[in-house]
Amino acid sequence: MAKQLLKGNEAIAEAAIRAGVQAYFGYPITPQTELLEYMARRMPELGRVFLQAESELAAINMVYGAACTGRRVMTSSSSPGVSLMQEGLSYIAASEVPCVIVDVMRGGPGLGNIAPAQGDYTQIVKGGGHGDYRMIVLAPATVQEAVDLTRLAFDLADKYRMIAVVLLDGSLGQMMEPAELPPFADGAALGTPPAWALTGAQGRPKNVVTSIHLVPEDEEQFNQQLQARYAEIARTEVRCHEYATADADLIVVGFGTAGRVAQTAVKQARAQGLKAGLLRPITLFPFPEQRLAELARQARGFLVVEMNAGQMVDDVRLAVSGQGRGGLTPAVRFYGRMGGIVPLPDEVLGALKALAETAGHTPQPSPVSCLPLDGGPVAR
Amino acid sequence: MQTDLIISGFGGQGALFAGQILAYAAMDEGLHVTWIPSYGPEMRGGTAHCTVVISDDEIGSPLVRNPAAAIVLNQPSLDKYEPLMAAGGVLVVNSSLIPRRPQRTDLRVVEVPANALAEELGNVRLANVVAVGALVAAAGVLSVEAVERALAAHLPERHKHLLPANSQALRRGAALAAAALA
Repeated sequence: MAKQLLKGNEAIAEAAIRAGVQAYFGYPITPQTELLEYMARRMPELGRVFLQAESELAAINMVYGAACTGRRVMTSSSSPGVSLMQEGLSYIAASEVPCVIVDVMRGGPGLGNIAPAQGDYTQIVKGGGHGDYRMIVLAPATVQEAVDLTRLAFDLADKYRMIAVVLLDGSLGQMMEPAELPPFADGAALGTPPAWALTGAQGRPKNVVTSIHLVPEDEEQFNQQLQARYAEIARTEVRCHEYATADADLIVVGFGTAGRVAQTAVKQARAQGLKAGLLRPITLFPFPEQRLAELARQARGFLVVEMNAGQMVDDVRLAVSGQGRGGLTPAVRFYGRMGGIVPLPDEVLGALKALAETAGHTPQPSPVSCLPLDGGPVAR
Repeated sequence: MQTDLIISGFGGQGALFAGQILAYAAMDEGLHVTWIPSYGPEMRGGTAHCTVVISDDEIGSPLVRNPAAAIVLNQPSLDKYEPLMAAGGVLVVNSSLIPRRPQRTDLRVVEVPANALAEELGNVRLANVVAVGALVAAAGVLSVEAVERALAAHLPERHKHLLPANSQALRRGAALAAAALA
């Protein structure tokens, strides 16, 4: 199929439709509203369910209910709306029903603004709801990747009976780029609900979908099952994009829009003789920590670029800690913009040059002090 | 080779569509392209703009600090983007609505009475296409023919009858820019 000029939000909607999504529940919020509008138009044409809920809270619980039937279901929202969904996400994760969530991030915290940001990293990747759960998190950097990762999100959600999140910023949602849409998923494959699904128990024992395990031993065993699945995913589903890393001694790490902007900076740095490379995580959970540890053996410094105050940088620090030559830790620096501002390549290049001048010297840890309970003099 | 440009005007002047024409033409020419609109709590009569980046290589940032080219369809857009233009950039000014001349002397300025020319062609809504013609001829980023082909390929069916008028508008703008810069 030929390339089409597609807006990120609409491309995700059409990709979800082609992946076989049977029901969409949502509530409008900028900068993702085109996704919902597209669904409102297309889903009824195809005889599928579109429902504008009365709130994000209602939407996520509709997703929960519909997901219990084993059909492909989804919602989409933007940062404040996704915050409202956190309780539902924890319940869905604990009920082991698959669904897809799209978060088109905007400036925060609070009501913030509608400009592009990446401030939801920690909430989405570490779990913003209660309890020990994980979601598969996919971070596209182009409209084509938004299409491809939407399909992958449905496939992985079904495979692992988990929530899969497509996490992007408002600029990618609003942007048009050439992209190729995949063919419609095979209808036959989507036709039969899985064995665990709630489909009416006629002629078979009943299925139960629940998130409650009142006996602590049962709850612990259930948690161990979840953790085993997350560990398996961490081994098998890591995806990342690399540029010019083969001989790089300076590695820039960024996801989504920050990552694609950083790639331009890396090209500019190369043209100026710096041995720079880029690692752009595509899966944020699972995180490419093993690859980062490998790169730590050749790199003297890492620069993490994000559209937030520094969230993924913590995961990069963990991944490279003690992984450098001789068990040392390479320098890890951060460059970020907040409030809905997208960093431009020259800013990233400036930060990369600063890193190049100083990287390789392990900084002394700063003294840590904490006040005693009575607020008196600091005890050492 | 990368060209980044901004098209800006009042809501309703077709700034966003003008950018999309260029994006379609670039895509059909096999180039990389991004198109991103200003979006926000806009009001009627407010300004709208889009940023288009066209490149023969992958595009990093869809936004630019100092555009190499711009179309300003109204006075607020000239006031905003004239200071931001890259030195040597191409600035297409809709002189039908903008009484003042740009002050910078390091730009290649093309003044186009886009509304007046569009009215001559029978439809003032073609002013944006006149300006696109001027930009294409002045900036040399795409050929007029490529933009014409993109219009033919991507105009919605219900607007196909406007194709000859769009082509005329495009060529009028291009001819005027070529004469101005000759």
